Amino acid sequence: MFSRAYRSAVTVPPLTWVIIFLLVPYVIMFCYSFWSVTPSQTIVHFWNLDNYKELLQKPLYWETLLRSMWIAVRVMLFSLLLGYPLAYFLSFYGGKRKDLLYQMVIIPLWVSYLVRAYAWKTILGSDGVLNAVLQYVHLIHEPANFLLYSPFAVVLTLTHIYTPFAFLPVYAALEHVPRNLIEASHDLGATPSQTFWKVIFPLSIPGVVAGATFAFVLSLGDFLAPLLLGGPSGIMISNIVVSLFGAAYNWPLGAAISLGMLIIVVSLLFLSERLEKRWSYS
Amino acid sequence: MMRAPNSTMRSSPWLRLHALIVFAFLYLPIAVLILYSFNAQGVGGFPPHHLTFDWYRQLLADDAIWDSVLNSLQVAFAAMAISLTFGIPAALALDRAKFPGKALFRRLVLLPLILPGIITGLSLLMLFQFSHTNLSLLTIMLGHGTALISVATTEVFAGLQKLDRAQEEASLDLGANYWQTFWRITVPNLKLPIIGAALLIFTLSMDEIAVSFFLIGRENTLPLEIWGRLRRGITPEINAISTIIFGFSLIAIVLWYRLRIHAEGKAEIGAELMESAVSAEY
Repeated sequence: MFSRAYRSAVTVPPLTWVIIFLLVPYVIMFCYSFWSVTPSQTIVHFWNLDNYKELLQKPLYWETLLRSMWIAVRVMLFSLLLGYPLAYFLSFYGGKRKDLLYQMVIIPLWVSYLVRAYAWKTILGSDGVLNAVLQYVHLIHEPANFLLYSPFAVVLTLTHIYTPFAFLPVYAALEHVPRNLIEASHDLGATPSQTFWKVIFPLSIPGVVAGATFAFVLSLGDFLAPLLLGGPSGIMISNIVVSLFGAAYNWPLGAAISLGMLIIVVSLLFLSERLEKRWSYS
Repeated sequence: MMRAPNSTMRSSPWLRLHALIVFAFLYLPIAVLILYSFNAQGVGGFPPHHLTFDWYRQLLADDAIWDSVLNSLQVAFAAMAISLTFGIPAALALDRAKFPGKALFRRLVLLPLILPGIITGLSLLMLFQFSHTNLSLLTIMLGHGTALISVATTEVFAGLQKLDRAQEEASLDLGANYWQTFWRITVPNLKLPIIGAALLIFTLSMDEIAVSFFLIGRENTLPLEIWGRLRRGITPEINAISTIIFGFSLIAIVLWYRLRIHAEGKAEIGAELMESAVSAEY
């Protein structure tokens, strides 16, 4: 029913924009990663593999990448551990307050990311809320200063930020579990835990995959929480990229790391797409 | 009696406790933020002994902050215009047109939803460097606009899926051209998804920092102004402005929620956005 003219009118403008502002920048990033910087700090278009060799050879880079991935894995697990039971509670026992509770989960998403990270700094600092409370109840006598400026602070803050992200798709998946399947499972004599593990949980896997992917990928690429709360031991891979594009002035090497991250993200997307298809209920 | 999970049953006390703990975890930093915005001793000391409006008074007189708020508003409106201008046709194209590379196009459009902001920001920075474009608010607008096309496309596409094409067909049969049909039939039918997308884009842009971080020229957006101050030291004014913004966001989100309930009867806000970002299953 839609003519050729209509179809090209809706296709060509967004396609052009997306090519110029999304595809071309990735291509330029790709090119940069094969260029180099002279000692006098000019970028020369001399094609070589040195950046990638440096990435593989210098432990600083891959150790930081591994540490970032480990932080991201923990954030992903904790977000799911917090988000999944909450989604389950809301979906099955929310009752009349379901809408209100749902809004309460997503409202924190609307508080500036930066400000929430900063609030954790206020909470964890040596004269912060947590230390004051712990001293007040005489659990500790000296302020504990290991809380802030550590990977722990980064994981805690990122978990706080990504828990609603883990919650959302799980909740949507649980809401779509046909209730008569659950009844059938009970009628056929399954215990509640059998019903959960054999009926409900498998049907919620696509939501879990979506939430996990979000939490992992976005915390892997974070550089603001580590700068605010991480201290030297909480530095993540993106912080290295930021410094390579700033003071260290080595754009080509920074581009190579960014491209590596892009590849990790895109492969994870393919993986989760497969997983979702494998487990989707239809 | 069997404990079937359905809304009339009482949930286990553990699930309730868990939900309570997660809500406490999500709201602790927000409570601290609001409390400290009234704390006379600034950010030190707990519990606060003396409450004051001083920080709000100081904030009112702080021109740099208000300039950055104006900048952020400009950016948010421009981002909204760009992403709707290209996102609506992109959704129509995905719904109605067949063209080579459609799958790749869909992937590209949605990628910024899940890609860490640093990659989107850096790739655009390289584009602007490559094309000798000076960084300014304009480059941030282009960055936000491009990244948020994903939101406009997803929301409008979801609306299109529910749209009855018969009306458009009738309009075309009765002699209206495509342009008239688009403005008089398609857009009015998509009013709610478009308004929803616009609100979402606006709030996301107002809070965006990772992309802006790399595209900033001489003028700051609000999150970058806040970032600058957080890096310099502790300023309770930040708590005050964040509390004010939290108030506005609360209104925006409740408004949006009502809108979605009105449009769909339920509001799994964000869930489908995340699903589409991860699995891109159109």
